[in-house]
Amino acid sequence: MLLCMALLTALPILAVFAYIFIPSAEVWQHLVATVLTDYLLNTLYLSLGVGLGVLLLGVPLAWLCSMCEFPGRAWFEWSLLLPLAMPAYIIAYTYTGMLDFTGPVQTSLRSLTGWGYGDYWFPNIRSLAGAMLMLALVLFPYVYLLARAAFLEQSICVLEVSRTLGCNQWQSFFRVALPLARPAIITGLALALMETLADFGTVQYFGVTTFTTGIFRTWYGLGDHAAASQLAALLMSFVFILLLLEQASRRRARYYHSSSKYAQIKRIQLTGWQATGAVVFCNLTLLLGFIVPVTQLASWSLANWRTQLDSSFIILIQHSLGLAIAAAIFALLLALILGYGKRLHPGPLVSVAARLASMGYAIPGTVIAIGVLIPFAWLDTQLNHLSQTVFNTKLGLILSGSLFILLFAYNVRFLAVSLQTVEAGLGKIKPTLDNAGRSLGLSSSAVLWKLHMPLMQGSLLTAVLLVFVDVLKELPTTLILRPFNFNTLAVRTYELASDERLAEAGLPALMIVATGIIPVVLLSRSISRSRAGGSTV
Amino acid sequence: MHLLATPFNIDNSYYLQMDSTMLKKLVLGTALFAAPLFAFAESEVNVYSSRQEQLIKPLLDKFTASSGIKVNLVTGKDDALIERLKLEGKNSPADILLTADAGRLYRTKDLGLSQAIESETLKAAIPENLRDPENQWFGLTYRARPIFYVKEKIKPIDLSTYADLADPKWKGKICVRSSDNIYNQSMLASMIASQGPEAATQWAEGFVKNLARPPEGGDRDQLKAAAAGICDLAIANTYYYGQMLAGDVAEEKAAAEKVAIFWPDQGEQARGTHINVSGATVTKAAKNKDNAVKLLEYLVGDEAQAWYAEHNQEYPVKTTVSASSLLKAWGDFKADSINLSELGKHNAQAVKIMDTVGWK
Repeated sequence: MLLCMALLTALPILAVFAYIFIPSAEVWQHLVATVLTDYLLNTLYLSLGVGLGVLLLGVPLAWLCSMCEFPGRAWFEWSLLLPLAMPAYIIAYTYTGMLDFTGPVQTSLRSLTGWGYGDYWFPNIRSLAGAMLMLALVLFPYVYLLARAAFLEQSICVLEVSRTLGCNQWQSFFRVALPLARPAIITGLALALMETLADFGTVQYFGVTTFTTGIFRTWYGLGDHAAASQLAALLMSFVFILLLLEQASRRRARYYHSSSKYAQIKRIQLTGWQATGAVVFCNLTLLLGFIVPVTQLASWSLANWRTQLDSSFIILIQHSLGLAIAAAIFALLLALILGYGKRLHPGPLVSVAARLASMGYAIPGTVIAIGVLIPFAWLDTQLNHLSQTVFNTKLGLILSGSLFILLFAYNVRFLAVSLQTVEAGLGKIKPTLDNAGRSLGLSSSAVLWKLHMPLMQGSLLTAVLLVFVDVLKELPTTLILRPFNFNTLAVRTYELASDERLAEAGLPALMIVATGIIPVVLLSRSISRSRAGGSTV
Repeated sequence: MHLLATPFNIDNSYYLQMDSTMLKKLVLGTALFAAPLFAFAESEVNVYSSRQEQLIKPLLDKFTASSGIKVNLVTGKDDALIERLKLEGKNSPADILLTADAGRLYRTKDLGLSQAIESETLKAAIPENLRDPENQWFGLTYRARPIFYVKEKIKPIDLSTYADLADPKWKGKICVRSSDNIYNQSMLASMIASQGPEAATQWAEGFVKNLARPPEGGDRDQLKAAAAGICDLAIANTYYYGQMLAGDVAEEKAAAEKVAIFWPDQGEQARGTHINVSGATVTKAAKNKDNAVKLLEYLVGDEAQAWYAEHNQEYPVKTTVSASSLLKAWGDFKADSINLSELGKHNAQAVKIMDTVGWK
């Protein structure tokens, strides 16, 4: 049953994999001789750069905001999550608009100094480094979010013991808190990296050739589906191995907290240059990752809102919200079943199936969409055949032509987010609790409902809200799979931007961000409250 | 399905938005026995479009107003829509596919997803090279991809042909967007069609060496870059230039005013400036074929053709309809007269050449 569900979710991925046995040696020779090295190296550099970026931003910020005290901490604590509401392709549009050679920054620089083209050096935002920066700025909240939750959930006793054993505050961070938070940090890093690998909008806009752009070019430009699928399969294998390695590396270690004695955190009071440094660091991150791009979007919207704001705009918002809510709930249920099932029946088969099912996060949305269409279109054809022979009527495309397929595709794409978060939550609950519950006569599902769910409320909410925000920002899958006359904010933004009308795309883009802020704020507040030892427990 | 749809109950107008047959089908799916109760009599036509909603919706609304036929629309990227069409097979709800490029129309035909339409109205309105020889697809508007030059730096007398752009004298002087873009792929495909793959490869090799910077941004960005001094020449589609001039973004307008169009390959023997169409095809699976044909005929009618010219700065395919005053001001030009099916035929080879010569 469990295996079936995991496999069903993995079906689209397997459908794409099915192409790999079709030989396409000639195209491969061409790829190897020309562009493959570029795809590989750029993807590698991009992943390394973004990975390093999200760690260097996410972990220190999480530590500062959860364990230290400095002016504005309470405000930064939640506002640092805001970049999560910013789709990577939109932040790329805004920075390009500002920093391009023909943008306002360089233009005023030239008019101030009288320089012309070639007279001065200015970093080119449309570059590999630019793409790293853009992605790191909007993806670091994954690490920040999970690391902060981990720091907050750590029993203070462990930290106190480390202090009595002679660690100073910073040593106890590096030697106790950080290793204990490692699974959470790695999960955050994995999410950020998978999102990086799946990114198409940003790299394409910047003209950086990666695996993702290569898959598209091979599929559509060269018209070779087999070679494109083989590229995709290569990318997926890479991710799969990474995920397995991560799992293997912590196989022997367990990260339960053996003491549940929590006390109010005594935050380290930062003063002088330390406090200044913390404030500058937090401010700068927030400014670059959120305030600057939002200001740019707002100024575009201000110039164009009259042409954009009509009655259909409200419907766009409703569609976006409705889809995101439905998909988030769907994804949570699936993650709970899979995550808990894995806990009840641990085994390599279930584990591999669950990993396979969460691979979708690293796969470009367009590939997922095609992968979902293949089995569903087939099913629809069979259903129509059946209804034709039995009832002499045609049903039409009841699966692949409806919202159902879109929701299914979102789950394939975003299951990793909900599953990882739910698993992280479950992982922190000691198995002895399950045993105690069962020995007191609870069924295994009652253990989940009555013990686990209340204990990991924070994780569950995180799972729902992360998927919500992801779906809100999602573009390629929505674009291909939505039914007739059904548009969303992301679709409207894309259409305007792809017609090179960036300024007009400002308002729908701003609305995506604004709608995304609500769950982000909710998320942030719930985590602050989730700290055990607070008023709720 | 009903469960899944609950979040949308916030507003009942959602159901009005969703096309009504789909809703009927949903009900049908859950209650098979009720099937005979529903008649699918409503007059409608279903459109998959890779032209953006805002570029096409006003015209579709006008069509509905004048004909009473409801138009249901999904927009998306051409390749993905073709893929969806293919996978949906004979059950596809789509009657019409609208695209912004002839190569894609060719591919649709090649995959056996389109059908021939015999319509005297369409034949009379559309020049022969802008439609499929077997009437499987039809061009609705066309645009050119000429050379743009910076008025202050370049004299038009120094320009002649696309081929000349590969000459080392233009080293570091040309801006063009990425070869991922279909407009560039089609441009190179047209060269392969007229001069063969070797000549096209040689040209692309020299052309790429002359680029002022690695390709980045879209067509408008190339014109802006030229205006700002990064390069002296740029390649872009005419309607982008037209929309920059006619639009209300001051910087874009100022940039566009610094450059001018040069129509390449105009000589007696020359093949003419490269053009491409936005066009449409009726799908093989079409359930509303009559309505689909009516819509196509409407789109080549005088009113629709004039609207395209005026709002999108595209050239009407119908020769009796005049272009916008802006387009007229750019002057007449000789357009490449090859049948645009050739663009689709040579697309994959064009991409290979671009990979080989390092056109990013």
